[in-house]
Parts: sequence; C-alpha cells; structure tokens
Amino acid sequence: MLYTLCFALFLVGLYCVLTKKNTVKIVIGLGIMDYAVNLFLVLLGYRHGGVAPILDRSTNPVDFAARSVDPLPQALVLTAIVIGLGVTSMAIALCIRLYEKYGTFDVTQIRRLKG
Amino acid sequence: MGTETILIILLFFMLAGALIAVETKNLLSSVISLGAIGVGSSVAFLFLMAPDLAIVQIAVEVVLLIFLIRGTIARDVIPQRGHIAWGALAVVVVLLAGLLAFGTYAFRGIGRFGQPVISAVQEAPSNRYLAEGVRETGAVNIVAAVILDYRGYDTLGEATVLFAAILGALTILRVKGFTKGGQR
Amino acid sequence: MKGMTVIVKTITRWVKVFIFLYGVYIVLTGHLTPGGGFAGGVIIACSYILLTLAYGKEFALKRLGPRTTAGLDSGGALLFLLAALLGLGYGGIFFANFLQKRFPGREFQLASAGIIPIANIAIGLKVGASLFLIFIILSILRIVLDEKGQQSMVQHWPEGKGEE
Repeated sequence: MLYTLCFALFLVGLYCVLTKKNTVKIVIGLGIMDYAVNLFLVLLGYRHGGVAPILDRSTNPVDFAARSVDPLPQALVLTAIVIGLGVTSMAIALCIRLYEKYGTFDVTQIRRLKG
Repeated sequence: MGTETILIILLFFMLAGALIAVETKNLLSSVISLGAIGVGSSVAFLFLMAPDLAIVQIAVEVVLLIFLIRGTIARDVIPQRGHIAWGALAVVVVLLAGLLAFGTYAFRGIGRFGQPVISAVQEAPSNRYLAEGVRETGAVNIVAAVILDYRGYDTLGEATVLFAAILGALTILRVKGFTKGGQR
Repeated sequence: MKGMTVIVKTITRWVKVFIFLYGVYIVLTGHLTPGGGFAGGVIIACSYILLTLAYGKEFALKRLGPRTTAGLDSGGALLFLLAALLGLGYGGIFFANFLQKRFPGREFQLASAGIIPIANIAIGLKVGASLFLIFIILSILRIVLDEKGQQSMVQHWPEGKGEE
C-alpha cells in the first residue's frame, strides 16, 4: 500500500511534466518526482521496530546489528537530495534564459516564435 | 498508531499537496505546496529512522523555495490562456493509470514493508557495515562511515556532479561583458 | 535588490551567527551525530542567503564576493581529492582511511575516525559555496528593455565588482 502511494506521487509529478504549458510548472513537476523517488528508496530499507544506524554509548553491538535499519539506501538518498537541488537550479537557469529570449514562460508560445 | 499508519497519513497529505501544486493557476501557491510536500517528506524520514536525511531534506527544501521564488516568480508573468487539448490529456491519464496498475502488480515482488533485504539475505553488504563499521572505520555514525569510507568513490562522483551542475547553471546565465545601469 | 525592514535587519544581525555556528557544528561532528558535510554545507549557505535577503546584495557581496566564493568551492573539491589521493599513496587503495590505520583514536571522540572529519569539512565547504554562488547569480540578474524594445539580461554588479 505504501509503495503504491509513493508511486502515485511519482506519477502525479510525471503528469505535471507531460501536460503543463508553463515551464515553471514543469520544473515543479520535476521536483515532485525527485521527492517521490527519494522517499521510495528509504521505504525499502525500513525494518519493523528498527533503530537509526547511529551507535550510542549504551548500545550492545550485536543487538544493534540485528535491529538497525538499512544504512545503504540512506547513504544513496543523502547525496541524491543535494544533487536534485543542483539539477533543479540548472533547470531554473534554463527557464530564466528562455524568458529572456522569448518574453514568456509559455511553452506553446516558444514553439511558435522560432528564434 | 503504528509507523505504517502514520506514513500512510503523511503520504496522503503529500499526494493532496502534489495535486494542488499541479492544478492551481497561481504560481506562488504552487511553489508553496511544493514546500509542503518537502516538509511531509522530512517528517516521513524521521519516522523511518533516518535523521541525517531529515536534516538535509528540510534545509534543501528551504533553499529550493528561495531559488524558485527569487528566480522566477519575481518576474512579470502574464498567464496565457490557450485551449486545452482534451484528447491528449485523456490519453496521458489512461497511460498513467495503466502504469499505476502495472506498478501495483510489480511491487508484489519486492516484499512487504518492514522486512528489508538485509534480514533475508545474510551476505548483504549492509550486514557487514553494521557489524564491523565501528571497528574498521572508527566512526559511530554508520551512514557517514558508508558514504565517506566504504563508498567514498561515490561521494567523489557526487561532488563532481554538483560541480558540473553549478558550472552549467552559471554558464547559462552568463552575459558577455558587465554593465552598470543598463549599458553594455 | 534592496534589503528588508528594520525588524528583519535587527533579527538577522543577532541570529545569523548562530545559524552559521550550527552549520559548522553539524559539519564537524558528522561522524558522531546525524548530519555530516551535506547538511552542514546547506545550512552554512542558508546563513549567507539570509544575510543577502535582509541587507541587500551590496552589503553581502562586500562581505563575501563571488571570486572568494568560487575559490572556496574549488578549494573544497581539491581538498577532497587530495584526501583521496593521499589514501592511495599511504594506504595502497584509492580513498583508504589511512589515518585510521596509523593513528586509531577511541570512538565517540571528536578526533577519531581517521579521514572522515577532513572529508566532511571539504564537502561542507564545497556544497555551501556552490549554493551561495548560485544565489548570487540569481540575485544580480536583471532584465531590461533596450531601445529596440528587445529584452536583454544584464548582470547588475554593485560597484563593478565583476566576474571576468
């Protein structure tokens, strides 16, 4: 059930990229897809009754290894979140350039006024 | 209230925010709904026992909102009213519904939520990272040990991608010569 | 881009140091508590973005200009690469944790875990400087209409402190 909801969030973002005419809305759709994929990866690594993968002075190491959640998806998503920010800022730069060249944020107008 | 119930409520909240962000005509409300999705995602990371990710997600989402508002909403945007192509919209919705059905069928092979791969497969690398991580690297935070010692090469790749993305954004926004007050 | 009202300026003057200190704390204790280089770097960039939003870009660019920021960005990346290559030189494997093999500290101390705090500092510097650089470029752009009615994008640097 949770995986299906997460996938539905991804599909809402994909719908936004496919059907909207405003380039800023398209960038927002990319952001929604980004959030959905990161959440899905972390959902894969959860263990029922798990603890965070950070040791304490009072934890037993053997007990910790059997009860902790998976640290590998968390490591992947940590870098993916910051890379998503970098790529979205590059998309915003493209939007600003398009606005400067064509005077509008509308994709259909840009297709009409070729250069 | 189990963790799964809380996560389902949070995901419904995020879905509602996403639908508002997609459909509303006002760009500012759309960007603020994106911020609401980010906050929901950060709280979900806290419930999934990932505190590193919660900190990074909330900080990145604040900076993303600032970039979006500063970069685009501050310009003059005249909303265009074109005609809506109902045929194409219907085809897209049908395709996406088909994809959702296929996804629901495909997720049956992943396994239930709450039973990760590492509890089923004993030779998974994460079991070794959890068991030997403190002794081999000396770091108490196992996620930091994974990204900077066991998988440090991936972090070098991430630094390169971030560098290239920032360089690309700066090159796109470059103008030849600089000006003061509008003269070239 | 002008600054904001007096209330925002006063609160920023008190709060910005604490945000910066919090970011540095999260970077330095990345191997002990949740956080690390990425989270701390974004928070450090946030403190400078707050300064720019509240006081206007002239004041902020006098504090930390674009050339310095680009230099810090490249310096962070080079420090990370240097740590990895030293691991190759001393440990035999690219990015080996050679300091942990030579001088193993006790756990739960600040000076433990070998090369991990150094790599955290490099990443924090890099991410913070990159995000602030993007914000500088976004805040100095201005679109003006010239005499033909065409739109053109100009970079409005204060006092000609340009990039080239």
